[in-house]
Amino acid sequence: MSLDIQKIRSEFPILDQQVHGKPLVYLDNAATTQKPQLVIDAVNDVYTQYNSNIHRGVHHLSNVCTQAFEDARIKVQRFINAEHSHEVIFTRGTTESVNLIAHSFGDVFLKEGDEVIVSQLEHHSNIVPWQMLEQRKGITLKVIPINDQGELMLEELDALITEKTRLVAVAHISNALGTINPIKTIIDKCHQRDIPVMIDGAQAVQHVAVDVQALDCDFYVFSGHKLYGPTGIGVLYGKEKWLNQMTPYQGGGEMIQTVSFEGTTFNELPFKFEAGTPDYSGAIGLGAAIDYVTNIGVEKIAAYEHELLEYGTARLEAIPQMNIYGTAAEKASVISFLVGNIHPYDMGMMLDKMGLAVRTGHHCAQPLMQRYNIPGTVRASFAVYNTKEEIDQLVEGVLKVSRLFG
Amino acid sequence: MTINEIQDEIVEEFSSFEDWMDKYSYLIEIGNELEPFNDEWRLDQNLIEGCQSKVWFHAEMKDGKVFYSADSDAIIVKGIVGLLLRAMSGQSPDDILNNDLNFVEKIGLKEHLSPTRSNGLVAMIKQMRLYAVAFKAKQA
Repeated sequence: MSLDIQKIRSEFPILDQQVHGKPLVYLDNAATTQKPQLVIDAVNDVYTQYNSNIHRGVHHLSNVCTQAFEDARIKVQRFINAEHSHEVIFTRGTTESVNLIAHSFGDVFLKEGDEVIVSQLEHHSNIVPWQMLEQRKGITLKVIPINDQGELMLEELDALITEKTRLVAVAHISNALGTINPIKTIIDKCHQRDIPVMIDGAQAVQHVAVDVQALDCDFYVFSGHKLYGPTGIGVLYGKEKWLNQMTPYQGGGEMIQTVSFEGTTFNELPFKFEAGTPDYSGAIGLGAAIDYVTNIGVEKIAAYEHELLEYGTARLEAIPQMNIYGTAAEKASVISFLVGNIHPYDMGMMLDKMGLAVRTGHHCAQPLMQRYNIPGTVRASFAVYNTKEEIDQLVEGVLKVSRLFG
Repeated sequence: MTINEIQDEIVEEFSSFEDWMDKYSYLIEIGNELEPFNDEWRLDQNLIEGCQSKVWFHAEMKDGKVFYSADSDAIIVKGIVGLLLRAMSGQSPDDILNNDLNFVEKIGLKEHLSPTRSNGLVAMIKQMRLYAVAFKAKQA
C-alpha cells in the first residue's frame, strides 16, 4: 500500500508557505527535518499539561512527566531494538554522543599510541573529537579511504587494523554523498579482531530500519532533529558491557548515588551519563516522532525515498555539465552535485530566490571535499514529504541558473 | 567622487531592477568584469576563508588614498566585491572609516553581509577598515 504523500504533507504545518514569492520547496532534510503537528503538540503538551522536573519529585505532575520521559526511552529502545532500555542514553545530539564516547571510552580504553579508525567521508563530529584525543592522549587517528564513487574501500580497512586498534567509528550513511556504508561487514570484520565499532547513524535512522542487536554494533548514535523530532535531543546507544566500564562524562545531579566531600558514588545506567535535568520535552518529542515514523512504516518511507532518489538522479543527470558526487551502488536520498564551474554558493543563492532550499558548501565534511578537490557541493536531500513535482522544480531551477552563468 | 556619491549611483542603478533575476544578472556581470586580481597577491596570507566561498584581498596606500583589490571563487560574491571596491577603493582612510556602506541594504543584498553567511564578505569589510586604520596611523 503506497503512501498518501499529500496527506503526509498536510501534517507538516511549515511546508505551506511562500519564500521570495514562490512556494517553499524544502530539500535540506539532511541538515534538519521539519516536524509533524503530532510532534509539535507532544512538546506543547509537556508545557501546557504536565511539565515538572523528573525522577526526583513525589508529586503528581512529576510522576506523569517522569513516566512520559521513560516511555520515550522505551520507544527509542524498541525503535533500534536495543536489548535493554538502560543502554539508551539521551544526549543533546549526535555530536555530543560522539564526544561522550571519545571522552568516556577514551578515558578507560585509550592510551598513548592506541589507534582509532574513521573514514574519509565522516562528518566533522566524527573526526574532531578523535583529533582532540590525539592532542590530549597521543592516540593515532587513521582513515579508511573512499573510491571515486564515494564507497569505503574495505580492503584498505584490513591494512589499517593493527594490534593497537582500539575502536573503529564510521557513518552508517554519508551526509554529503548519501553512501550507505556496509557497516555489518565492518562490524563483523572488527569483531573478529576484538575491536569495538561505533556507528554514526545521524543520517540513517530516518531512512532505513536500524536493529542494533542484528548489527551487533557496540555504539550507535543519532539526533532527534533529523528524524522529524525536536532539536536539542539525541541518543547514544551502547552495549551495557561498555557503558558499565566507561567513566561518567559530565558530573552533577542525577548521575550520582551519594555525594559527600569524602567521596561520591555514581548512579547506574542510564543515569550515570545523564547529568542534570534532561531535555525531557525533547525526549518526549522524539518519542512522538518515533511513533509518527513507525506508524507510517520505516520500510515504506525507505521505498518512497528511493523512488525520489532515482527520479531526482535521472532528471539531474540529464542537465548539461552536471557532476553528481556520490554514486555508490547503495545510497540514501541525498544528491550532491555541481554544474560546470558554477560555484555552489552562486547556485544555492539563486535557487533560494526560486523558493528552493538546498544546502551548499562542505557540509561539515571538509576532508571529503578535499578528496574531490572541490570547494563544496549543492546538496538536495529528500524526506518523506518531498514529491516528484518538487524535484521537477529543482531541475527547472538548476537549468535556469546554469543558463544564466552559461 | 565621494563614497556617498558612488553609493547613490549604485542605488540608482539597482533601482531599475524589478526582478531578483535581473538584479543578480547585473551582479554577475559586475563579478565577471571585475578587474583581474594580481596573481602575485593570490597567497594564503591574503585569503579570507569563508565557510561558503573564498575571498582574496590586497590593499595598498598611494598618495594618501587606499587602493583595494579583491577576488572570489564565487561570482555573486565577486559582484558584491566589485561594488564594495567601487565605493571604497581610491578613497582616504578617514572617508573609508566614516562610512557605513548602507547602499548594500538599499539594493536588497544585505543578506550577503550577514555574519552567518560566511562567504568572506564580512571579514573582507573588516579587513578594509583595518587597513584604513593602519594606513591612517602610518600617515600621522
